[in-house]
Amino acid sequence: MKKIATLVLLAALTQGAFAEEKAIANKPVTKNPAAVEAEKVFRDSFRTDNPKYWMQRIEQDEGMKLCSQYKDNPPATVRQKIELAQKATIRYPVDGKLIGDWKEGEKIAAHGRGGHIGFIQADKPMTPRGGNCYACHQLAKKEVAYGTIGPSLQKYGEIRGYSEDFVKYTYDKIYNSNAFTACTNMPRFGLHHWLTPEEITHIVAFLMDPESPVNKD
Amino acid sequence: MIRRLSKTLVGLCVAASLTSPLFAQDKTADELAKYREALADGNPADLFEIKGEELWATKRGPKNVSLEQCDFGLGPGVLEGAYAQLPRYFKDTNKVMDVESRLVHCMVTLQGFKQEDVTKQWFSKPGKDSDIEALVTFIGAKSNGKPINTPAAHPAEKKMYQVGEYIFYRRSGPQDFSCAICHGQEGKRIRLQDLGNLTTKEGAGTAMKNWPSYRVSQGTVWTMERRLIDCMRQARFPEPKYLSDSIIALQVYLQKNATGTVMETPGIKR
Repeated sequence: MKKIATLVLLAALTQGAFAEEKAIANKPVTKNPAAVEAEKVFRDSFRTDNPKYWMQRIEQDEGMKLCSQYKDNPPATVRQKIELAQKATIRYPVDGKLIGDWKEGEKIAAHGRGGHIGFIQADKPMTPRGGNCYACHQLAKKEVAYGTIGPSLQKYGEIRGYSEDFVKYTYDKIYNSNAFTACTNMPRFGLHHWLTPEEITHIVAFLMDPESPVNKD
Repeated sequence: MIRRLSKTLVGLCVAASLTSPLFAQDKTADELAKYREALADGNPADLFEIKGEELWATKRGPKNVSLEQCDFGLGPGVLEGAYAQLPRYFKDTNKVMDVESRLVHCMVTLQGFKQEDVTKQWFSKPGKDSDIEALVTFIGAKSNGKPINTPAAHPAEKKMYQVGEYIFYRRSGPQDFSCAICHGQEGKRIRLQDLGNLTTKEGAGTAMKNWPSYRVSQGTVWTMERRLIDCMRQARFPEPKYLSDSIIALQVYLQKNATGTVMETPGIKR
């Protein structure tokens, strides 16, 4: 019973903390009348000699399809459906430890390169991929070059408390952001194997360790 | 012209001093604005424009004719305001074409070039400047001061607008990106770079009015096709082909949204 109460409270908290910045339109989104043709146009615009693994990147899972169709603003029933399905995808590190090394997390948060493909300006193979958190979020005070697409996460743990539940929520959010907010702007870092579970624990530490500059400075 | 050129040379030196990787992160938008002001009379793109003007009038290709009879939708050889009303539907090809696909069409039909030859160098590489970039800069500059006018009223244009809108919101890839992730909201920035809301007239207008643009970080002029194809790369997608319909459709979507905004081109960007 206590657990349920905590979960409800947590849900309420996270709703507030991560209130989507995107303006939610009240009127339902009408389906693009050219959708079928547009999908074909899009697919036909790539070179046929692209490696298969490049072309995989234009494939959409069910969630992506729905988010695109509803311009990232799906009705409540669709929203719930997406969130439930995404929740089921979350995997944890083998040792079960969700807080890693905040110093590693700091590096991953600042690193924005990696993963570019194509014939013009691809990254060198094996270029490490970063979380690029600063592209969208304010984190440590000393880093002034932060984006504002996502909410500020400065004093993340300090403000929200260093509870175990919140550590898990933070891990889950980074692993699959859509488990909590369908069609959020935030990538699903774990689901796509963009970051490993271990790397995600480092970012969790960067956010949730009291010694991390996110909380300390 | 000499005065303009000397200013351009000064501009190139300033530009070169600002291309360090630190520039994007350490300088603020204000400083970029100051820098733009300093270059207002001497945009390095002017050199591309001059080269484009020359290429336009020079007899070239297997048929040894100039491009002066090329029709961008306002009549053969009419360039005033032509860029600002593209992309548009062309009866002779039964296609919606942007400035680059139409230019290439003219190079093929009027001058007799082979498309694969003439598009080989569609963007500049270090030490190898692109004729297409120069020509598009020249053609674009002929719309400077003209309002963007792409109402997409023709059924084929309307369809391409819808295709563009579809692609704008289409999410995929290992980061779940679509154009709308960064360009569907007001007043956001990525790192320190301001992001326009391209679904509005104001945002799309600000984004579209300056192209083609000299890109300081790249040391060359970029056309709209180059810009959009690089957006796809940044989204970690494979690159759409040059002149492909998806890139033309995105331009119809953006130009229609921007319609009414006065062109200021060639521009200068980060």
